[in-house]
This record gives sequence, structure tokens and C-alpha cells, in this order.
Amino acid sequence: MSRIITRRRLLTAGAATAGTALLAGCDRLYEALPTRPLLDFGQLLSYRAHRLLLAHQPLVREYTLDDLSPDFPSNGTAMPDGFGYFDLITSNFANWRLKVDGLVRNELSLSLDEIKQLPARTQITQHSCDEGWTAIGQWTGIPLAHLLQRAELQPEARFIVFHCLDEMNAGDFYYESIDLFDALHPQTILAYGMNGAALPIRHGAPLRLRVERQIGYKNAKYVTRVEAVDRLNAFGRGKGGYWPDRGYQWYAGL
Amino acid sequence: MALSEQNFGQDTAQIRAPARREIIYRHSLVVRLTHWINLLCLTLLLMSGLAVFNVHPSLYWGHYGYPGVPTVLSITGRYDPETAQPVGTTRIGDYSFDTTGILGVTYDSEGRPRPGAFPQWATLGADLAIARDWHFLMAWMFVFNGTIYLLFGLFSGHFRRDLAPASDQLRPRHIMADIWNHIRLRRPRGDAAKRYNVLQKLTYLAVIFLLLPAILASGLTMSPAVTAAFPFLFDLFGGRQSARTIHFVAANLLLLFVLVHVVEVLLSGAFNLMRSMITGRYVVKPDRTS
Repeated sequence: MSRIITRRRLLTAGAATAGTALLAGCDRLYEALPTRPLLDFGQLLSYRAHRLLLAHQPLVREYTLDDLSPDFPSNGTAMPDGFGYFDLITSNFANWRLKVDGLVRNELSLSLDEIKQLPARTQITQHSCDEGWTAIGQWTGIPLAHLLQRAELQPEARFIVFHCLDEMNAGDFYYESIDLFDALHPQTILAYGMNGAALPIRHGAPLRLRVERQIGYKNAKYVTRVEAVDRLNAFGRGKGGYWPDRGYQWYAGL
Repeated sequence: MALSEQNFGQDTAQIRAPARREIIYRHSLVVRLTHWINLLCLTLLLMSGLAVFNVHPSLYWGHYGYPGVPTVLSITGRYDPETAQPVGTTRIGDYSFDTTGILGVTYDSEGRPRPGAFPQWATLGADLAIARDWHFLMAWMFVFNGTIYLLFGLFSGHFRRDLAPASDQLRPRHIMADIWNHIRLRRPRGDAAKRYNVLQKLTYLAVIFLLLPAILASGLTMSPAVTAAFPFLFDLFGGRQSARTIHFVAANLLLLFVLVHVVEVLLSGAFNLMRSMITGRYVVKPDRTS
């Protein structure tokens, strides 16, 4: 019995000290633990599990015009800086070209009008930001798979990199990348139309990516060049995208 | 002395103990391990979840939701333009509450006001990327741990023996008596202490088979990849934003459960119960009548 009481006293006394030290202790423990490999392992689990779940390449749910959200927030760049983009707007994107290059047999350089002549897909889908908000919009554009078929991917190609016109910091342009699993999905399109009109500037005019099974920041805006590559470490800080370079998940299906 | 792997309520292994004080083997190793791993997971899930919530502290109903759309709940912090004082406001539906100091605006250890729905000490993750990483890693751990527990519970007889209310416990009179006992803070002794009381059993069953699955499914509904594979999740919850709201409410209910659970432990002999969840051994106090 006495043993128990002693232990009890010890616990009560300890609890007070522990309480105050807890927060600082937690922080110190957190910094001391090798958490990054653990978190990377978690990312790998999600990626693998999703690839298994999506092996039959299902389409995401498509909505009707009645379901459109009254507004659609613009995140990230709403108006790219610089005279280059200024001139593009002034000329109504007449001098804008989309380049398709990298590991392709047939490099492409297409004007906006030429892209609009190609087969188009229109889809009403839900856009989900990693911050937690969602909006529903209608997108019209060319399926990326069709563009890549025209460009004839080389067998070594594994990823598609999207180079964008918006400069985030000096010399740091927005970019994103997806692998062929997502690139060849029928709902992965390069959209030039939104809600029945031309793609607005704040949503990435003249061309943006829609990759519907991943969240917001993967859907690069102001796309000007599509590059097929076999690895991602040659771009930015090597993580495959502007936000992935800054700690955000490259695979963002969740 | 070797203790058999029997659970309490059944043929309990006795240890030589003073007369009338009985020591039973209450919690199997799997239950004890999964209990503490679950505590770790849920703690970090809650903290990282609050960090994610803080980035967009508004909840909506339906398929879409963004600033400007009517909220179910929102927590904001700002300086009142007239008094120049920081004000934290929590809005639930049409009702507004001043929650300065608790939600919306909190004060750091030096007394400086800090904007943010939930206070920083309650969150995990320096930015959204890390908070999300933690949330998903712990979700995986929670799922693995939960799966082991469910399989064990099913096949070892833990659910049937320890959690399913016995027929005598389901009589209205027994339930009323149990409620009365809870109100009077009277704890069972003797044989009655060898099994969970009926309110406890029903609560555990509701948490294990309703609340935790709901929180998992509503969480998965926020993933565009998962909903591509299982679009019925949208119909189940009424949209991604509804799922997010339900996820938040379920997390609060879970926190409420944990608080009641801890209070009950403190009231019912914290040392004995803590020992039983660590070593498995639990001391049954003699009946008052004996």
C-alpha cells in the first residue's frame, strides 16, 4: 500500500513539472525526431494506395450547369507581372504559342486558334484547394492525351512538365508536373474556356491545366510550354513543381 | 505467476491477494497496445487537423464553399476598428459569439494577441504542407491500428464478450439504474466491476462502429482521387464541403468522448485503471454488501 502512495505522490509532483515543461519538451522532441522520412513514407502510402484505387482510370464526377458555383476564387497569381504578359493581353494572345517539346518525336508550336481547332472536351468539375475551399466550374479545352499523341511521346518519357508565364519570385516561374498516369487520363485537359466564355486572366488565360483527380495547385495556370521528360530533378529545386519545391506534396490526390 | 490471456468477465485468473480484494486480468495485450497507439494517432490527427482548419477557418454545407458562401461555422480574428482591441468571433449559423482569447484571437505566453482560429499550442505543423503530411501519416497509422483492433475484437471474442451488452444489462430498469449510478458518481464494485457498465458499452460501441468510421469516411471524401474511385461518398455526405463539416463535428464529438473518458477514469480510480491499461491487471474492490 505504502509503495502505491509513494508512487502516487511522485506522479502528482511530476505532473506539475511535466505540465510546464510539456510544451517546450514537445517542440524539442519534435525537432529531434527524424520526422521527414516518416512523412515521406506516409506520402508514398497515399500515392500507392490511390494508384491502386484508380487503376481502372475512373472519371471524376461531372456536374451540370445548375451545379456551377456562383463564383470561383482565383488562388495564386491573378495577373502575371511584366510587359511580356501585358503585350499578350493587348494583342488578345495573337502572338502566344504553346510549345510541346522534350522527349517527343514531333515538337509542336501551336497558336490559340490552332488549339481551338483540335478536338475539345467540356467538363463541369469540382476544384478542391488544399486550404479547404471548393468551387465548381465548367472547363473547355484539349485533352492532354490528344496533344501528346500528336507530339508522339518517346518511350523514355515519364512525366509531363507544365511551364507557366507567371513569375512568382525573380527568375522563379510557376511550374508543375504530373506523371503519364494522370497526363493520359481523359479528363486531364488544357483548358482555354471557362463557364462558357474565354478563360479569364485570373484563372490562367490563355491556357491552364485541369488535372481533376488532384488538388488546386497542381492545376497550373498560364501554361505556355508542355515538356515531356524522364525525370524531374532538372527543374526548380527538383521536386517537380513550384509548391512541391516549397514542401508541398508532389502527388496531391488528397 | 503466469496470467492467462483471458479477459475480465470470464473465468478470471486470480492472483494471491488479500481477502476480498481480487485482481483480474482486464485488458489483453492487443487492446492495451492499440489503445495507446490510438491515443497517439488521435492526438496528432486532432492537432494537425486544427492546423489545417486554421488555414481556412470556415465550414460550409453542400458541394462548394469559399469566402462569400454562407457558412455553417466560421472563426475569425480581427481588430475592432472602433476600440482598436483584438476580437475573436465564432459564428455558428446565424449566431455570433465573442470568443476572444479562446478562438479567433489567442494570447501567446508574453500576452501578445495572435490571430488564428485555434491557438497555436493546439496545432501541429509549421505550415499547411507539414500539417497535411502529419494528418495523412497519422490517418494511415490510425487505419492500420484500427484494423488490427477490429480483427482482434472480432476473432478473439473481445467485442462479443466485453463490449456487447449482456441481456440483463439491456433491461430498461438496469439502464435507468445505471444512469442513476452515473449521476450519483457511484462506481460499480464486486462482480459488477468485472464488466463494463451498459452506458460504457453502448458508448464504446458507438465510437468504434459509428463515430470513427464516420470520421474516416468523411475525411476520405475530401480527396479528389478517392472520390474519383468512390463517387458515392459525395452522396453519402451530401458533398465535399458537407463532408468537411461532418469531419469537423465528428472530431469534436470524439474530443468530447475523450474528455468524458478521462474524467470517468479520474473518478473511478485513475491509478487502478491506468495500471490495467498498461499491465492488464485490475483490482476489483469488494462489494459493499459483502
